[in-house]
Amino acid sequence: MHEPTQIDALDRAIIDGLQGGFPICERPYAQVAAGLGMSEAELLERLQRMLDARLLTRFGPMFQVERMGGAFVLAALRVPEGDWQRVLEIVNALPEVAHNYRRESERGGGLNMWFVLATESAAGIDAAIHRIEAASGLPVFPFPKLQEYFVEMKLAVRA
Amino acid sequence: MSETFDAVDRRLVLATQGGLPLVPRPYHQVAEQVGIPADEVMARLARMLAGGVIRRIGAVPNHYAIGYTANGMSVWDVPDECIDELGRQVGALAFVTHCYHRPRRLPDWPYNLFAMVHGGSRAEVMTKVAEIAAIIGSDCRAHDVLFSTRILKKTGLRIGA
Repeated sequence: MHEPTQIDALDRAIIDGLQGGFPICERPYAQVAAGLGMSEAELLERLQRMLDARLLTRFGPMFQVERMGGAFVLAALRVPEGDWQRVLEIVNALPEVAHNYRRESERGGGLNMWFVLATESAAGIDAAIHRIEAASGLPVFPFPKLQEYFVEMKLAVRA
Repeated sequence: MSETFDAVDRRLVLATQGGLPLVPRPYHQVAEQVGIPADEVMARLARMLAGGVIRRIGAVPNHYAIGYTANGMSVWDVPDECIDELGRQVGALAFVTHCYHRPRRLPDWPYNLFAMVHGGSRAEVMTKVAEIAAIIGSDCRAHDVLFSTRILKKTGLRIGA
């Protein structure tokens, strides 16, 4: 966990304005830059700087692997504290692991490593789970979505 | 949708899953890499966007870096017969970024409704969680909030070449 990084009003406008809707045209950065009142070169330079500084983790299309015939599944482990680093390395080494977060309940003792598996086929999920279970010796709890009520991961800058 | 996703689309995913090139004509650069005309790259991306293969095109902020230092996964045990109605109501709250029905894993995990809440502090998240609790009311049999304490990995989708 780290302190919010310094960003200025233009960075904020870029982040807030570009969480979706990036145009598909010959000069998309020029089109977006014009709307933000800056030059294409400045927008490109700022995007590169924010990616380098990890203010942005990515810039580009976000794919829904389910729509390509693949699968995207949340799963969790209960990892004993003394075993944390070993299990973390096993889980993160899999390319199928798209995200991984440490999450804890204040009650403690529960499922504490939560990751998302993204694979090109439904069978790939089972294979990845079996590999994690075999290598870690811990049971994986998969939480495939049964119904999606809402997904809109767009957050306004508040730093 | 998957029946219209072909081998060329897959090459486009491989070429762009790590990000779009930061050059004035990014789709032209992708076209060179994939070996198809730029017009076809744009037409295919537009089709994937319209069909939902691409959810959106844009920036993915590191939410810690933009001020959302507390992120709580609120989880609820609600009766299966009313979960769809409750899920729609909870998902409609402005501060809920994801809301899903997921399976219970008894006896380890009794919760079937998941709602992600982001905020500037744990106290702010807990205030929002209280709003969710008010909506669910007496249908809530148990709930918990799991705060993320570390991002361990955040690369997004990476299919193999």
